[in-house]
Amino acid sequence: MSTPITIQFTVNGKPREVLSPPERPLLEVLREDLALTGSKYGCGEMQCGACSVLVDGRRQFSCRMPMSSAAGKAVRTIEGLAKQNAGDQGGTESLHPVQQAFLDEAGFQCGYCTCGMIMTAVELLEKTPAPDDAQISAAMNRNLCRCCAYPNIIAAVRKAATIAEESRKSSREIE
Amino acid sequence: MKSPAAANDEAMHLSRPLPDDEELVDQVPFHFDVGRRTFLQLLGSGLLIAVSTSEKSNAQERGGRRGGGQAIPVAGRLHIGKDGAITVFTGKVECGQGSRAELTQAAAEELRVAPDRITLLMADTDTVPDDGGTAGSRTTPSTVPAVRAGCAAARDLLIAAAAKTWGSDPAGIVIANGSATSSDGSRHYAYADLAADEAAAQTLGDTVPDDVTLTVIPEWKTLGKPLARPNGPDIVTGTHAYPSDITRPGMLYGHVLRPPAYTAKLVSIDLAAAEAMEGVTVVRDGEFVAVAAPNSWLAREAGAALAKSARWETSPHPASNTLSEHLRTTAHDLPENPHAEETAAAKTTVRETYTIAYVQHAPMEPRAAVAEWGADGKLTVWTGTQMPFRVRSELARAFKVSENSVRVIVPDFGGGFGGKHSGECAVEAARIAKAAGKPVKLRWTREEEFTWAYFRPAAVIEAEASLDVDGKLTSWHFVNINAGGNGIDSPYHCGKKHTRSVGADAPLRHGSYRSLAVTGNTFARECLMDELALAAGTDPLAFRLAHLESGRLRDVLVEAAEKFGFADRWKNKAPSVGVGIACGLDKGSYVAACAEISVSENSIKVNHVCQAYECGKILNPQNLVAQVEGAILMGLGPVLREETTFEGGRITNAAFSRYAVPRFADVPTLDIHLLDRPDLPSVGAGETPLIVVAPAIGNAVFHTTGRRLRDMPLRLG
Repeated sequence: MSTPITIQFTVNGKPREVLSPPERPLLEVLREDLALTGSKYGCGEMQCGACSVLVDGRRQFSCRMPMSSAAGKAVRTIEGLAKQNAGDQGGTESLHPVQQAFLDEAGFQCGYCTCGMIMTAVELLEKTPAPDDAQISAAMNRNLCRCCAYPNIIAAVRKAATIAEESRKSSREIE
Repeated sequence: MKSPAAANDEAMHLSRPLPDDEELVDQVPFHFDVGRRTFLQLLGSGLLIAVSTSEKSNAQERGGRRGGGQAIPVAGRLHIGKDGAITVFTGKVECGQGSRAELTQAAAEELRVAPDRITLLMADTDTVPDDGGTAGSRTTPSTVPAVRAGCAAARDLLIAAAAKTWGSDPAGIVIANGSATSSDGSRHYAYADLAADEAAAQTLGDTVPDDVTLTVIPEWKTLGKPLARPNGPDIVTGTHAYPSDITRPGMLYGHVLRPPAYTAKLVSIDLAAAEAMEGVTVVRDGEFVAVAAPNSWLAREAGAALAKSARWETSPHPASNTLSEHLRTTAHDLPENPHAEETAAAKTTVRETYTIAYVQHAPMEPRAAVAEWGADGKLTVWTGTQMPFRVRSELARAFKVSENSVRVIVPDFGGGFGGKHSGECAVEAARIAKAAGKPVKLRWTREEEFTWAYFRPAAVIEAEASLDVDGKLTSWHFVNINAGGNGIDSPYHCGKKHTRSVGADAPLRHGSYRSLAVTGNTFARECLMDELALAAGTDPLAFRLAHLESGRLRDVLVEAAEKFGFADRWKNKAPSVGVGIACGLDKGSYVAACAEISVSENSIKVNHVCQAYECGKILNPQNLVAQVEGAILMGLGPVLREETTFEGGRITNAAFSRYAVPRFADVPTLDIHLLDRPDLPSVGAGETPLIVVAPAIGNAVFHTTGRRLRDMPLRLG
């Protein structure tokens, strides 16, 4: 049994410090120590993508990422995607375009894979803003959905690209 | 081996047809103002409409209590708060199939309110009626009508109360947007008014008839239209708490020591190393050895220490590479073909054997449970199961407490597919929690799920059919060994038919699965029909049509064939692609599919699936398409690759890296044609669309390669 060490990193922009064995998977620290349960366990062997998070902007399978590798890195999870609306008394959120698109296109059935799907799609669209279906399928292929909501997920990613493009256009017009 | 893990599960008896359709049906007699106390605590005062929970529990409760008629057990179907808040209760669960949206629609329709006015409380055994398990595609045909009836009763009550208040004729009162309006439009009476008017509810309660009138289809405003999953925002933001996400104050994480093989018996174990770990509680009760620890890392470390010292004794267990032979030789009472006379007189007889491998549901969320014992001895378990009330019974039996001392809460969970009918993980979590004296979460690993959950039964199917000189079927003999008799009857005209399902010595624990045995039975039947068509010298579509009466099955077959252009594509074969067709029925719905495949280097690629499906009146077209597509794609797995392999009592591919389920790259062009039949009752659609995928593909493989594959998964190499 290895000795716990202090590890500092940021999660959704907030600095965090945890005491953990260095080999402990990031997923378990997020879920059990930081109460961020949006990232899921599905297989523990980087095969299903339910645990996908972004680490320094790149999709990682947090189920197999040791905490030592997360030290000093910026981790982004599903909980950090929606924007808290400033000045809103009710504490409402604006969904990220990918979240909105998954909602609009019903890109899930049971939804257990959804957070991992969304994080993977966020990475894809940051690299490839207007992917075709083949690019979507290839980029998402390491994520599993046992309900096989694949057609709606592909539609959601396509839609997310459109939403993001429209919002880029409208912000250019405002400028 | 007689499936040791299944010993405490009645649903898993081997060697008999599986109870896929087993369901308690809500009887819907209404009793007003009964059992209010619980609900007042939960929801505040207001109007409660309750239903008796089931015939079975009625009888048990009546026998067990004094006072006769006073003791009819009820559970709330619907509560209307004085603030107008509407809560609808159901024992059904949501695990991706769309019950939450559909039952919300059902309630909204009859109450004549917008769906977002409804809060649907699902599967909490302390609060909801036992609507039976979520299985057998029963939510649509039985729970939707039950919810509609309860809500229609509330609507009738609103009209009656408004009429009484106004001293007017109920006939002129219109209900819309949750409020009754007088015939001249001047007065309004809302559900909130009804809930506040206790006298109205009391006096009118007795007058509400049992046979409430449901809203007719032409007047539907919510049913028959798309409705997204009401808690969708919680799904996309990650805020929905699945069973494996539930956290309780002071909660520990559990880990169970698993035997290295199905037949292994624990000889000795040294608990000391694990017990010495800080914060770790070790539980040992005979063969059951487990730990609880402050986090799952530590629980696994302690588990590894236990495993290291454990000594086991194993005994032989069949291997998957001899499975078909094993099932055939251990089959119970394998019948002979009784149609010897017809076979002798036939122009042609085709006799073939088909096999179906063991496969698993592999839901994205493995089994998970959080168990907490209250100071009063009451056990509460949050878990992902399709059978909340059955799991409550399982827990009550396991801990020798009354069912009232157990509460099972089922948050919307991560996939079922027939694979979560049992409560073994809930029992384990409660066992560890009891010993640790703290709430415990136990979430199975993928390997545990692939090993200790149950499987879709493997099958060997023996079939023999004969044709006369005109190419008409004269006899049909069809025997399923091990998998069961669901969907075993052939819909085709035939002089003599004999179908049987027989048990065998099943090496793995088996249980329900989306469509269960219907998939294998349909695969064998529809492939045999293709073989017979060839023997009769006719095309597969014409041969089927020649043996089908007009009706729903024929309708979907014709629809799929026309939309796909089957007749032409089959006759004018394109190079390197094959097309196949199949049809079938199950649980009151009808399906046909055409598939186009191509083959390269012994690998089968499915390019296109065109499916026609009919399940009566469509309740939610958006969800229905999702179910049909999901079923087709899930069905591709056991056709192309999925097969549970085992040797020496161990599953040898208990991981997604070795058990390849469908991925994005496998998705073919999908072409779904739904036939809406407002003249027919709505039936469930989560299963049947799966059954024709395998034979359509198998027949397409034959079309292009000339090779007839009779074993699932289909392999050319």
